[in-house]
Amino acid sequence: MLTRLLRDYLRPYRWQVALIVTLMAGQTVGNLYLPNLSADIINRGVIEGNLHYIVRTGAVMLGITLLVGTVAIVAVYLASKTSMGSGADIRAAVFRRVLQLSSRDMDRFGTPSLITRNTNDVQQIQLFVQMALTLMVMAPIMSVGGVILAIREGAALSPLLAVAVPVMAAFIAVVIVAVVPRFRSMQVKIDRINLVLREQITGVRVIRAFLRNGPEAERFDDANLDLTRTALYVNRVFALAIPTVMAILNLSSVAVLWFGGRLVSESSMPIGNLTAFLSYILQILMSVMLAVMMAILLPRAMASAERIEEVLDAAPSVADPPAPRRPSREEGVVELDDVGFRYPGSEMPVLEHVSFSLHPGETTAVIGGTGSGKTTLLNLIPRLFDVTEGRVLVDGVDVRERELEELWRSIGLVPQAAYLFSGTVASNLRLGNPDASEAELWHALEVAQASDFVAAMPGGLDARIDQGGTNVSGGQRQRLSIARALARRPALYLFDDCFSALDAATDARLRAALQAETRRSSMLIVAQRVSTIMHADHIVVLDEGGVAGAGTHDELVETCPPYREIVQSQLGEGAAA
Amino acid sequence: MIGRPAGRMRPGASAAPVERSRDFWGTLRRLLARLRPDRLRVVSALGLGVASVASAVAGPKIIGNATNILFEGVVGRMLAPGETKAQAVSALRAHGERQIAAMVSAMNVTPGKGVDLAALGLALGAAAGVYLASSAFQFGQTYLLAGVVQRAMYGLRREVEEKLARLPLRYFDSHPHGELLSMVTNDIDNLTTTLQQGLSQLLGSVLTILGVLGMMFWLSPILAIVSLVTIPLALVVTLLVARRSQVQFGVQWDQTGSLNSLVEETHTGHVLVQVFGRRRPTTEDFDGQNRRLYEASYRAQFLSGVIQPAMQFVANLNYVVIAVLGGYRVASGLLSLGDVQAFIQYSRQFTMPITQIAGQMNMLQSGMASAERVFDFLDEDEEPPEPAPPAKAAARRAAHDGRRGALRLEHVSFRYEADKPLIEDFSLDVAPGETVAIVGPTGAGKTTLVNLLVRFYEIDAGRILLDGVDYRDLTRDEVRAAFGMVLQDTWLFGGSIRDNIAYGRPGATAAEVAAAAAAAHVDHFVRALPHGYDTLIDGEASNISSGQKQLLTIARAFLADPSILILDEATSNVDTRTEVLVQDAMARLRRGRTSFVIAHRLSTIRDAGTIVVVDHGRIVEQGRHRELLGRHGFYWSLYNSQFAGAGAAD
Repeated sequence: MLTRLLRDYLRPYRWQVALIVTLMAGQTVGNLYLPNLSADIINRGVIEGNLHYIVRTGAVMLGITLLVGTVAIVAVYLASKTSMGSGADIRAAVFRRVLQLSSRDMDRFGTPSLITRNTNDVQQIQLFVQMALTLMVMAPIMSVGGVILAIREGAALSPLLAVAVPVMAAFIAVVIVAVVPRFRSMQVKIDRINLVLREQITGVRVIRAFLRNGPEAERFDDANLDLTRTALYVNRVFALAIPTVMAILNLSSVAVLWFGGRLVSESSMPIGNLTAFLSYILQILMSVMLAVMMAILLPRAMASAERIEEVLDAAPSVADPPAPRRPSREEGVVELDDVGFRYPGSEMPVLEHVSFSLHPGETTAVIGGTGSGKTTLLNLIPRLFDVTEGRVLVDGVDVRERELEELWRSIGLVPQAAYLFSGTVASNLRLGNPDASEAELWHALEVAQASDFVAAMPGGLDARIDQGGTNVSGGQRQRLSIARALARRPALYLFDDCFSALDAATDARLRAALQAETRRSSMLIVAQRVSTIMHADHIVVLDEGGVAGAGTHDELVETCPPYREIVQSQLGEGAAA
Repeated sequence: MIGRPAGRMRPGASAAPVERSRDFWGTLRRLLARLRPDRLRVVSALGLGVASVASAVAGPKIIGNATNILFEGVVGRMLAPGETKAQAVSALRAHGERQIAAMVSAMNVTPGKGVDLAALGLALGAAAGVYLASSAFQFGQTYLLAGVVQRAMYGLRREVEEKLARLPLRYFDSHPHGELLSMVTNDIDNLTTTLQQGLSQLLGSVLTILGVLGMMFWLSPILAIVSLVTIPLALVVTLLVARRSQVQFGVQWDQTGSLNSLVEETHTGHVLVQVFGRRRPTTEDFDGQNRRLYEASYRAQFLSGVIQPAMQFVANLNYVVIAVLGGYRVASGLLSLGDVQAFIQYSRQFTMPITQIAGQMNMLQSGMASAERVFDFLDEDEEPPEPAPPAKAAARRAAHDGRRGALRLEHVSFRYEADKPLIEDFSLDVAPGETVAIVGPTGAGKTTLVNLLVRFYEIDAGRILLDGVDYRDLTRDEVRAAFGMVLQDTWLFGGSIRDNIAYGRPGATAAEVAAAAAAAHVDHFVRALPHGYDTLIDGEASNISSGQKQLLTIARAFLADPSILILDEATSNVDTRTEVLVQDAMARLRRGRTSFVIAHRLSTIRDAGTIVVVDHGRIVEQGRHRELLGRHGFYWSLYNSQFAGAGAAD
C-alpha cells in the first residue's frame, strides 16, 4: 500500500527525487572524504611539521565542507518541497474523493475516521517521505561507503567493524522492541486518564448529586498509577539506552586505538590512517543507529498509507450519469414510484413499495417511529442514497439520470442535525445562494422565526458563528438551518425532523409562516411529533418500511390504526376521538 | 463534541509556537519546590550528572595521551637506537630539521624504542574505564530522575483531580469545558515532557559546555580563545536560522489548524456541502489553504534542515583552524599531538550543546507556561468549608430521624453575579411526596432553582430546611444524599451498564440492578444486548440511543432511591415509542417521592402541588395551576403558547 501510494504521488516529483538521491550521494561521499583529509593533515602536516601543507589541505577541506554544505542545503530544499508537495497532493486527492462520496459511503467509513485520514494520516506520510528522502537515502550510502573507506584505510582493523556494527544494530533493535509497544500502551493510558477527567468535568453535577467523588477519585487513581508505571518503565529503558549507545561508540574508539596502535607500532599502518578509521567507524555506527531507528516510522506510515488508499479506492456509490437528462421545467414535482431500499446483504428492506408524490403548493408529511425509514425516504430524493427498487422522479426525470449539481440546485434541505459552518450568520445563510441580498436574508430569518435573536446578536447578520454552530442554542441552530434553506428559494423543500428543538409556540408560528412563504414550492416534512404535521395537506404514515396509511389528519385518525396510536400517545386519550 | 481542533490534531512534524510564561522563575521555583520530598534523589541525580559529564570530558584527554604514547613510539623508532634524546635532537638540528628537533625535544622519546604497548594499554584501559563510568553515571542519573519526575507528575495529576472535586459548580459553569480539559490533559503532558527531557538535557548541555571549555583552556589557552571565536558564528547561524524557522513553524501550525478545521467541517457537513452546491467553492477554498500550508511547511522544514549543514561548516572551520594552529604548535614542541586531537574532540563536543540549548530553552519556556496554567488552576477558590462537626452531628441526627423529603425555602435570595438579582425573597413549602413543577420558556434559567436545591450553589440570604434542618448545619454530601436527579443531559460514564445503573448505590446486587432497570423499562433492552449488563458504554455513549440513555439514568435514580427527586421531562431525539416508556418510567419514579419537575407536559402542571414560573432566570410567579391561570399573568400567556398547542387536540 505504502509503495503504491508513494509510486503514484511521487511520480510528478521523480526528477526531484532522482536529483535528491544524487545530491545525497554526493554529500555523503564528501562527508566520507573529509576524514581522509584530516588524516592527511596529521600524517603529512602535523607529524612532518609541514605548516604549508596543513594550510593547503585545510583550505581544501573547507572548500569541500562548503560544497557539501551547499549540496546538503539544496537537497534539503528539494526534499522539503517534494515531501510537503506530495503530501499536499495526497491531501487534496483525499479531500476531493470524500466530496464525491455518497452519504452511504460516508457512513461506511465514519466521518471522524475520514477527517483523520484526510489530516493526520496524510501528515504521517509526509513525515515519512521527508525522513525517507533525507536520512533513509543517506544512511545506507554512509554505511556502505564508510565500510569501504574504512577497510581501505585499515583492512586489518575491519574485524572490529564486524563486531561493533552488529552489536549496535542488535542493541537498538532490542530497545525498539522493548519500548515501542509500551510507548503505544502509554498513549492508550494517557487517553484513559483524559477520558476519566473529561467525564469528571462533564458529569460534575451527576457525580456530586450521587456522592461519587470518592469512587471517582479511586477510578482516576487507578488510571494515574497505571500510566505512571508504564511511563516509568519507558523512561527507564531510555535511561539505559542512551548511555549504552554512548558506551558502544566510545568502547569502539578505544578498541580501534588499541588494535590500531599495535599495527602502528609494527609500522604496518600510518598513524593518520588510524585517525581516519576512527572517524569512519563512528560515522558507520551512527548511520546504523539511524537506519534501525527508521524502522519505527515504517509500520505507522504503512498503516496510514493503507487508510488513505482505502479512501482513494472507494468508488462513489452515487455518481453523475454519463448522459444526463434535464427536465423541461423546474417546478418541484416529485414522484416516488414503488420505491424500495435495502442495504446489501440485509434480510429486511428499509423501505418497500412506497409510492406517493409531492406537488407545488402542497405540504406532504411523513410520520413514523424510529427505524420506520423516514429519513432514508427523504434522502432518496436528493440522491444521497440510490433506490434499490422502483424509481424517484423529480420534475419528470429519474434522479439517477440527472446531473447531481443540477438536481441539488432545486432542493432546499434542512437535515435532522442542524449543522452550521464557521463564519457569520450571513455566510451561513448564503450557503446555497451566494447572491442573496441582505433584505432577502432578513426575510428568510423572519419566516424561520429567527430574526429576533439574530437582531439581538452582536453584529446581527455579521455575528460570528463557530464551527458546527456551537455558540448558538440547539433551537436557534435549527431555525438558522431552516432560514438557510429558505434563502435558496428552491422549488422543493425537504425538512427532516427539524422542529424537534423548538417549543410548541415557535413551531406553530414557523409552520404558519412557512405555508405562506412556500406557495410555489413542494414541501416534504418528516417528523415524529403529530402536532408538527397534523395540518399538512397530505400525511404518509410509515411503519416498518412500508406505507401504513395516507391521507389528511382527520382521515387517518379514522382509518389508520398506527396513526391513531401515535396520536393517542402524544396528544392524550381524547385526541383521537 | 465538535470544537477547536487545535488540541487534538497536532501537526506531526512541527512544534507549536513557543509560549512565554508570566513569571518564569516564580513558576520554576514552585515546580522545583514540589520535588522537595525527593530532594535526596534529586541531589544524587545532580551529583551523578556532574560525575557523568566530568568523566565524559576526561575521555578525550586520556585518549589524547594514548595518541601521544603512540606518536612517541613512532618518532622514537625513527631515531637511531643507543642515542640519548639530547643527542638525537642535536643531530636533527645539525641536519637543519629545526622544527622537528623542537618537537622531539618536547616529547618523551626514547630513541630506537618503539611504541610502549604497556603504557598504551594502561592509557586505553583508563579511557575505557572513564567512558564506562560516564555511561554508568548517566544511567544512574536518568534512572533516578525518571522516578522523581514520574512521582511528581503522578502527584500533580492527583492534585488536579482532587481540585476538580473541591471546586464550586460556579467554576465549571463559568469556564468552557474545552479549556479546562486542555489544561488537565495537554498542559500536564507538556509539563511531564519538559521535566523528563528538557530539564536534564539542559543541565547536561550547560555542564558539558562548562567542562569542555575548562579542558580546552587547560590544554591550550591560545587555541581555546581562537576556537571560541567560532562560537559567536555558531550562535549567529543558529539564532538567525532558528528564529526564521520558528516563525515558519508558527505559520505552519496556524495553517494546519485552519486547514484541519476546514476538512473537519466540510466532512461533518458533507450532505450540506453537496446538496447546497458547495463542492466547487469548498474545493477552491481548500486548495488555497492547502497551498498556503504547503508553502509554510516546506519553508519550515527546509530552514530547520539548514541548521545541520551550517553547523557542520562552522565545526569544520573550527577543525581547520585548530589543525593549522595546533600543527604549528606541535611542530614547535609547544603542544603534543594527542592534545591537539583531544582539542579537536572537545571543539566538536562543544558545538552540539550550543545548537541544542536554544531548543531546550524553548521547551522549558512552554513547559513553564503550562505549569503556570496548572498552578493557576490549583489556586482557584474552593467551595466554602463545611459546618463544624458538633453542630453537624446534632443536626444530622435530627435529619436522619425525619428523613421524609420535606423541604422548606425561607426568604431565599440568590444571584450569579453581584449586580444581577435573580431570586429575591423566595419562599416555598414542600410537603413530603408533593410535586413542584418548574415552568418557563426555553433558556429561562429553570436550572437555577435546581442548583440551589442540590446545593451546587450556596444561597446568598434566607435558608433552606431539609426535613426541618438548615442546609448550613448539614454537609453538602448529606444534603445531596436526599436527592436523585434525572436530567436532560444524560451523562453516563465509560463503564459497564451495570456499573452505570449502580452509580448511586455501589455494591447493589445484580437482582437490584435488574429490578431498577425493569422499573425503568430498560431491562429488556439491556438483556437483548450481546453482553447484557456487562456491555461497555464507550466514551461518547454512541452505542446507545438517546432514549435508552434516558431510561438508564432513570434506572440509576430508581436504584439510588432518594426521598427527593429532580426530574427534567424534556426528551429530545427520542422516538415516539420510547418516549411513552420514558414518561411512564418517570411517573413511576415520582411515586411516593417529593419531586421537582422541569415540566414539559400538561398533565404534570395540572397535577402539581405548586408551579414555579421562571422567566429570564427570575422566579416570576408561583401557585397552583388554576389560581395562576386566573391571574392572567405570565403563566397564563406561557400556558397558552407552550402547553395549549399540544392541548388543542384535547
